[in-house]
Amino acid sequence: MATTATTLDGIGAHPHVDAHHDSFVRRYIFSTDHKIIGIQFLLMSLFFLMIGGILAMFIRWQVGFPGKPIPGGGVLPETMAPGGIVLPEFYNSIVTMHGTFMVFFAIMPLLVGVFGNYLIPVKIGAPDMAFPRINMASFWMAVPAGFIMLAGFFVEGGHAAAGWTSYAPLSANPELTGVSTGQVLWSVSLIILGLSSILGSFNYITTIVNMRAPGMNWFRLPLSIWSLFITAILVLLAMPVLSGAIIMLLFDQTIGTHFFRPDTGGQPLLWQHLFWFFGHPEVYILILPGMGMASDIIANGARKPIFGYTSMVIAIMGIGFLGWGVWGHHMFMSGMNPTLGTGFMISTMLIAVPSAIKVFNWMGTIWRGNIQFHVPMLHSMAFVSMFVIGGLSGLFMASTPVDIFIHDTYFIVAHLHYVLFGGSLFAIFGAITYWYPKMFGRLMNPFWGKVHFILTMITFNLVFFPMHSLGSQGHMRRIYDPTQYEFLRDLQWVNEMISMAAFVLFASQFIFAANFILSWTKGERAGPNPWNDNGLEWSLPSPPPHGNFAVTPTVYRGPYEYSSPLVTEDFLPQDLKLEGNRESAAHAAGH
Amino acid sequence: MDQGSVMEAPVQAEPGAGVYNEKLGMWVFLASEVMFFTSLIGSYIILRFAHPEMWKGPGEVLNVALTAGNTFLLICSSVTMVKAFAAVQDGDQAGLRKWLIATTLIGATFVGVQIFEYMKLVEHGFVPSEGLYGSTFYTMTGFHGFHVTIGVICLIFVTMKAFQGKYTATDHRGVEVVGLYWHFVDLVWIILFTIVYLI
Repeated sequence: MATTATTLDGIGAHPHVDAHHDSFVRRYIFSTDHKIIGIQFLLMSLFFLMIGGILAMFIRWQVGFPGKPIPGGGVLPETMAPGGIVLPEFYNSIVTMHGTFMVFFAIMPLLVGVFGNYLIPVKIGAPDMAFPRINMASFWMAVPAGFIMLAGFFVEGGHAAAGWTSYAPLSANPELTGVSTGQVLWSVSLIILGLSSILGSFNYITTIVNMRAPGMNWFRLPLSIWSLFITAILVLLAMPVLSGAIIMLLFDQTIGTHFFRPDTGGQPLLWQHLFWFFGHPEVYILILPGMGMASDIIANGARKPIFGYTSMVIAIMGIGFLGWGVWGHHMFMSGMNPTLGTGFMISTMLIAVPSAIKVFNWMGTIWRGNIQFHVPMLHSMAFVSMFVIGGLSGLFMASTPVDIFIHDTYFIVAHLHYVLFGGSLFAIFGAITYWYPKMFGRLMNPFWGKVHFILTMITFNLVFFPMHSLGSQGHMRRIYDPTQYEFLRDLQWVNEMISMAAFVLFASQFIFAANFILSWTKGERAGPNPWNDNGLEWSLPSPPPHGNFAVTPTVYRGPYEYSSPLVTEDFLPQDLKLEGNRESAAHAAGH
Repeated sequence: MDQGSVMEAPVQAEPGAGVYNEKLGMWVFLASEVMFFTSLIGSYIILRFAHPEMWKGPGEVLNVALTAGNTFLLICSSVTMVKAFAAVQDGDQAGLRKWLIATTLIGATFVGVQIFEYMKLVEHGFVPSEGLYGSTFYTMTGFHGFHVTIGVICLIFVTMKAFQGKYTATDHRGVEVVGLYWHFVDLVWIILFTIVYLI
C-alpha cells in the first residue's frame, strides 16, 4: 500500500512524506494531511459553536426574563453582569459576538473548513490537497484568530458591541460605544481569519480543477464538490473585500484615518456597501455547501439518482453568480435611491428561481424513492423543509415595501435563523453523522442521533417560528429589554416561551456532543461503506490512510447511480468497472 | 503511483487547467488580490468623488518626480524578472542568478525609496490622520508596499534556491510563480501611481 503523498506547495517542490515515520506532532497537530486538518477544523468549530450557543442562551435569558439574574450568573464579573443581571453594554457585546462566532467561527469553518478539507480530495480521487502546507497554515491561522476573538471578552471596555456587521461609525469611533480594544481585536481577528479563508479557497479551487482522478469529469462530480467549488470561488473573491474594509475600519480605530467618519468627509454608508458586498456572497457561502452535502445524502437516503443533476449544477452556479448583485437588499433602510432599491429587489427575487429548482429537485429525488430514514437523511430532509421556510420569508424582506416595515425586527432574526440554523446547521449535523464513520471508523449511535434530531427539530421551530409574528408586530432586533415598550409587554409571554424552548434546544445539543465524543471510542465499527454510497471515499478503508488511494481510482460514472438495473445491489460505486451485463457490485468489488 | 521525483506529474488526473498546480494556484490567488485592491481603490474613488476639495493637486504634497523614478525602477524589475525566467528556460544558471539578484535588489530599493518618501512626508506633517487624502494615500500605497516586501522575501527565497541549482530548464516552477506575483504587484503600482500621484 502506498502511504505516500506527493506534497507540493507554493514555491518549489518537496519530497513525499511517509506518514509512518512522522512524529505525533507532525501527524496530528501540524499535519499536512487534509483529513487530519478537516478533523481539526471540526473540533475547533464545534468548540466555537458551543461558545456561540452559550451566548445565545444569555440573549434568550435577558429577552425572556429581563432584569432577572441569570441562574449561576453571579460568577460573571461586575463589568458584565453585576449580581447576574446582564448589563446593557454587555448585552450588546453578547449579541455582536453571538453573530460573529456563529458566522465566522462556527458555520463557515464547519462547512468550508471541515468538509472542504475532508471531502474534496477523497471524493475526487486525489491523494491530498494541491498545497498541503498552505492548507495547514490555513488552519493554524484560524485558531489564533478564534482566540483573539475570544480574548476581547477579557479586555478593558468590553468586547466589540457594534453588531456582527460592525456598522460604522458605531464601530469606528470608540467614543460612541466605549469599546476600543475589543473592537480592535474583532478587526484583527477577522483579518487573520480572512487570510486563512483565502488560503483555503485557492487550495480547494486548484485541487478540484487539476487533481480529479481519471474519468472524474466535471459532470461526474458529486454535488457536494460542485457546491464547495462554487463556494470556494465566492470565498476567494468576497473575503478580500471584507479584509480591505476591515483594514480601513481598523485604521479608523487605531491611527485616526477618516474612511468611515462622517464628520471629516468619510462615509459610513461606504462601510455598509463594502460589508454587504462581502456579506451577501457570504450568505451563500454559508448555505451552498449544505445544499451540496444534503443532495448527496438525500440521493443516498432515497436510493435514487439525484433528480436533475445538470439543473442542480446550473442552479448552484446561478446562485453563486446572482449572489454578487443583491447586496443592496440589506440596505433598503439606509437611505437608498428607490430606483436602485427596485433593481436590488428584482435581482434578489431572481435568486428564488435557482433555489426553487433545487428544492423541487430534492423533492423529485425523494418521490417514489425507497427512503431510508437514517439520521443524516432526517437532518437533510429537515434542511430542505426549514430552508423552504427561510427562503420564503426571505422573499418578504426582498420586497422593499415589506422590508421597510419589518427591517431590523425579529422577523429578520427568524428568517436568518431558518436559513442558518434550520438550513446550514441541520445540513451540518447530517453531514457530520454521515461522514463520521469515514473520519473515525465508527458510526454515531443512531438511536441517540434520532433523539437529538427530534428534540432539535421541535424546539428549533418553537424558538424561531414565533419570532416571525413577534417581528411583524414590531419587536426590535437586538433590543435589550422589550418590556420597556407598552406594545411589546403583551407579547412577553411569547418571549418567555421562546426562551424556554431555546434552553431545551441548547440542552439537546449535549446529546449530540455526547454521541460525538462517546462514539469516537465506543461506536459500532463501520466498514468502508456503511451507507452503501457510490462516492470514491467509500471505497477507502475507514478512516482512510495518509495519501488516501493505494491506486489512483478510475471513475466510470456519476455518483448517484442508486437502484441501477445493471447490478443486483441498489448502489453502483463510481469506480466500479462493469464487465458483463448484470453483475453484483459487491462481487466485482471483491468484498 | 509515482513515488519519487516530482518532476513528472505526481498524480494521474483528468485534464484540468492545463497548467501545473502552483501556476494555477497563483493565478487564482491573484484573483483574490485583485478583489482586495479593488476594495481599497473603489473606496478611494467613492470618497474622492464625494469630496474632491479634500485632495491637493498633483505635486503639491507628494513628490511626483521621486515616485516617477521609483515607478521606473519597479518596471525595470519586471524586465529583469522576465530576463531571469528566460535565462532558466535556456538552462542558463548564471543568467538566472544574475537577473534574480537584480530583481531582488531593485525590489528592495523600491521599498527603501517608499520608506524614505513616507519619512519625508511625515516630516512635513502629512500623516495618515491628515484628512481623507492622508487616509487613502497611506492605506493604498502602504498595502502595495507590503505586497512588494512580501515579493522581495519570496525573491530572496527563490534566489537562494537558484544558487543551490534547484531550477532547471525543464522544472523552474518557483521562478515562474514568483514572477507572476511580481508582475501583478508591478501592474497594481502603475494603477496606483496614476490615480494617487498623477490625477
